Amino acid sequence: MSDNTINDVEHLACDVLVIGAGGAGLRAAVEARLAGKSVIVISKSLFGKAHTVMAEGGAAAAMGNANANDNWQVHFRDTMRGGKFLNNYRMAELHAQEAPARIWELETYGALFDRTADGRISQRNFGGHEYPRLAHVGDRTGLELIRTLQQKLVSLQQDDEAAGEPESKLQVIDETTITELFTDGGAVKGAFGYRRSTGRFMAIAAPAIVLATGGIGRSFKVTSNSWEYTGDGHALALRAGARLINMEFIQFHPTGMVWPPSVRGILVTESVRGDGGVLKNANGERFMFDYIPEVFKAQYADNPEEADRWYTDPDANRRPPELLPRDEVARAINSEVKAGRGTEHGGVYLDIASRRSADYIKSRLPSMHHQFKELADVDITAAPMEVGPTCHYIMGGIEVEADTAASAVPGLYAAGEVSGGMHGSNRLGGNSLSDLLVFGKRAGEYAAAHAAAAEPPKLADEEIETAIQNALRPFGNDGENPYELQNALQAVNGRLVGIIRKADELEEALTELAALRPRIENVTAVGGRAYNPGWHLALDLRNMYLCSVTTAMAALERDESRGGHTREDAPGMNPEWRKTNLVVSLEEGAGEVRLTRQPVPQMPPELLDLFDPTELSKYMTPEEYRRDSPAGTPSAGTGPADTDSTEAEEA
Amino acid sequence: MSARTFRVWRGDAEGGDFAEFDVEVNEGEVVLDVVHRIQAEQAPDLAVRWNCKAGKCGSCSAEVNGRPRLMCMTRMNVFEEDEPVTITPLRTFPVVRDLVTDVSFNYEKSRRMPAFAPPKDLRPGEYRMQQVDVERSQEFRKCIECFLCQNTCHVVRDHDENKPEFAGPRLFIRAAELDMHPLDARSDRREWAQDDQGLGYCNITKCCSDVCPENIKITDNAIIPMKERVAGERYDPLVWLGRKIFRKDKAPKSE
Repeated sequence: MSDNTINDVEHLACDVLVIGAGGAGLRAAVEARLAGKSVIVISKSLFGKAHTVMAEGGAAAAMGNANANDNWQVHFRDTMRGGKFLNNYRMAELHAQEAPARIWELETYGALFDRTADGRISQRNFGGHEYPRLAHVGDRTGLELIRTLQQKLVSLQQDDEAAGEPESKLQVIDETTITELFTDGGAVKGAFGYRRSTGRFMAIAAPAIVLATGGIGRSFKVTSNSWEYTGDGHALALRAGARLINMEFIQFHPTGMVWPPSVRGILVTESVRGDGGVLKNANGERFMFDYIPEVFKAQYADNPEEADRWYTDPDANRRPPELLPRDEVARAINSEVKAGRGTEHGGVYLDIASRRSADYIKSRLPSMHHQFKELADVDITAAPMEVGPTCHYIMGGIEVEADTAASAVPGLYAAGEVSGGMHGSNRLGGNSLSDLLVFGKRAGEYAAAHAAAAEPPKLADEEIETAIQNALRPFGNDGENPYELQNALQAVNGRLVGIIRKADELEEALTELAALRPRIENVTAVGGRAYNPGWHLALDLRNMYLCSVTTAMAALERDESRGGHTREDAPGMNPEWRKTNLVVSLEEGAGEVRLTRQPVPQMPPELLDLFDPTELSKYMTPEEYRRDSPAGTPSAGTGPADTDSTEAEEA
Repeated sequence: MSARTFRVWRGDAEGGDFAEFDVEVNEGEVVLDVVHRIQAEQAPDLAVRWNCKAGKCGSCSAEVNGRPRLMCMTRMNVFEEDEPVTITPLRTFPVVRDLVTDVSFNYEKSRRMPAFAPPKDLRPGEYRMQQVDVERSQEFRKCIECFLCQNTCHVVRDHDENKPEFAGPRLFIRAAELDMHPLDARSDRREWAQDDQGLGYCNITKCCSDVCPENIKITDNAIIPMKERVAGERYDPLVWLGRKIFRKDKAPKSE
């Protein structure tokens, strides 16, 4: 720390501050800049490395290129089914309607998707999608998305430069972490953070902020998520006064690598199954036929012959059960392993080698072929892969207004994984890339409009000083190493809040988390401020802790099983619970987490009509879907409602 | 499980030295796993970049026993049992701290790259391209921006003085990608590579292709075709005469 400028805080200002440089953040930044606003994008990693690059399979959009029967209504239906009807219907509706335009727009930015024979964007099959729907580039679609948006931002910067505008009109600040949001009278007015490379602090005044920070996966040991995924946006929003919904719903992707141990959790794309791969247990049995739930029997084949015919004749046959929504497949694999039919390393086999030619596999799944060859010495054109569930995605997140992506805090918007509601209790594969484009754009648009009507905010020295003290605290502590504490936190979540849950274990988890709290508060960083990962993790830990508590609390409260929340002691869906969202917020002052219930927005009749009443009857109480019933009339339901029915206090 | 000696360069722009760590290594591990173990158990402030740990993001580039590599894709079993493992930061870029370097050179060069120019007569949704035509550019879009090619290229590796004039292999494949893009509306990508990116500095030693973790044929499929076509147009007497008469100047940098 010989550098004397290290203690000078860097002061910046902009109209729209975007925190997060993945797909949602970059799309929001494009929109806000196109609306004429000055924009700063904060990237936790280098520009272009965000977790979006890990998305493999594709982006779901009902363009109808591969099957002309597809349209937004079918996509909407699939999304609601996948989410077990807990979704914010309006978000699912907007998403299904706008996804095609968002994908086509990427082509005008330079994206090169794989093509159909007639030159349009090719679409592939994926779990839970009735028709081939995923726009893709081999199995590296996320990379294409992030690079395309990255290059679009650069082109906007070049336009500004050509027009004589300063760079600060659209600035990307990389390797920077935000640790606090500043509020005034309940509205956001700026943020505080540090540059990783120097440790120098930064305060940014902005009347509108878009959170696009992704998920919470690093709170679990077996995860497909990168180190960045520490729930920063979830925690920042809570502390700023926003609410989170659906935090109990975590998606365990059914197919992560399981061997060797160092790669455990790394994603194996669902495209392997979409392109013909099947799951087998150690006895060689194709077990998914035994796990088709009642609600999906009409759409999924119950025998291998029909399932195999589906690939060539999807109109006359039902889909293979390997393509059930992810929660179903993950639970099935879990059950097989528990029943002693797992592989040597505790997974099951994913076999495409015996079903497709080597050339086909290499052209459709090039990065899977590469990944297994390099990391596991397995040639997937000749041998099956060993796979098992891995923590992949959190459906829960910041409660937002569907149309505007606005949170309950004026000026604060959220898009992508950090927002909640769109996917209900379970997200369909491919709906994430399209989600972040649709709602990234909307967040940027409405944040820009908010900024246009707002006064430039001022940050006070005292609040910046407090933020500095908070950030430096780990250097003065005498507690434990942050890596040990992260392991301890991951162990609690993995053991007690994982794919299968029980009330007593969740209570135990809350007790153990409470015991971790003082240890995390006393976490210690050694060394200097310049590029110090130990210090960075020490600061991330409090966010991981807060998110873990909200998940465990909500999981304990919801005594039913639905989507990404399975309670062994409360199997099956309960139609009463379908009507209820669990909402968390922070108490003023002490900062304790408060859990409340509020109704799920009710679908209006024109959307209910898209479903067969027999299907709705599997999810809903009769008065909800029967058109002759007065209780079936819809509420506005597009925004956060203020209804508390019960309260549960928890430290 | 076995015990290994890791020598990791530690320091900053002012200078530094190797630190030695005795550390355990388990079956199937990659170099990045071992670096993480050193971080967790012995040196919590050891600076290293990483994200996906699956060869998809291109963050964890370093030089392992002298060879530019992604640490997450370098398995420990490529080394002999008793061979020490030495890790140094990328040599071509200034050190920030330990294994982290300042790679802003690459981002500055891409800021100068004229963007994709969409065809004026097509609206979103109307783009039609054949798979065989997009595949040429798709090869270059596999690039994960690990910058190993930039790091290994001898034009800049020990020659900072060439950096202002030379964009490097990463940006050559970007130029080739746009040149081969079926619908890009500009026709001066090759000339731009030659005149503004310093394509002429490259004398096709193929070091960039050798270190590319995505196995992109940088030299064969991007650089050589661009060089050949530039040469064909520049030194063909008829084309030369045409250029003299019609004065085809450099196009503006971007639209």
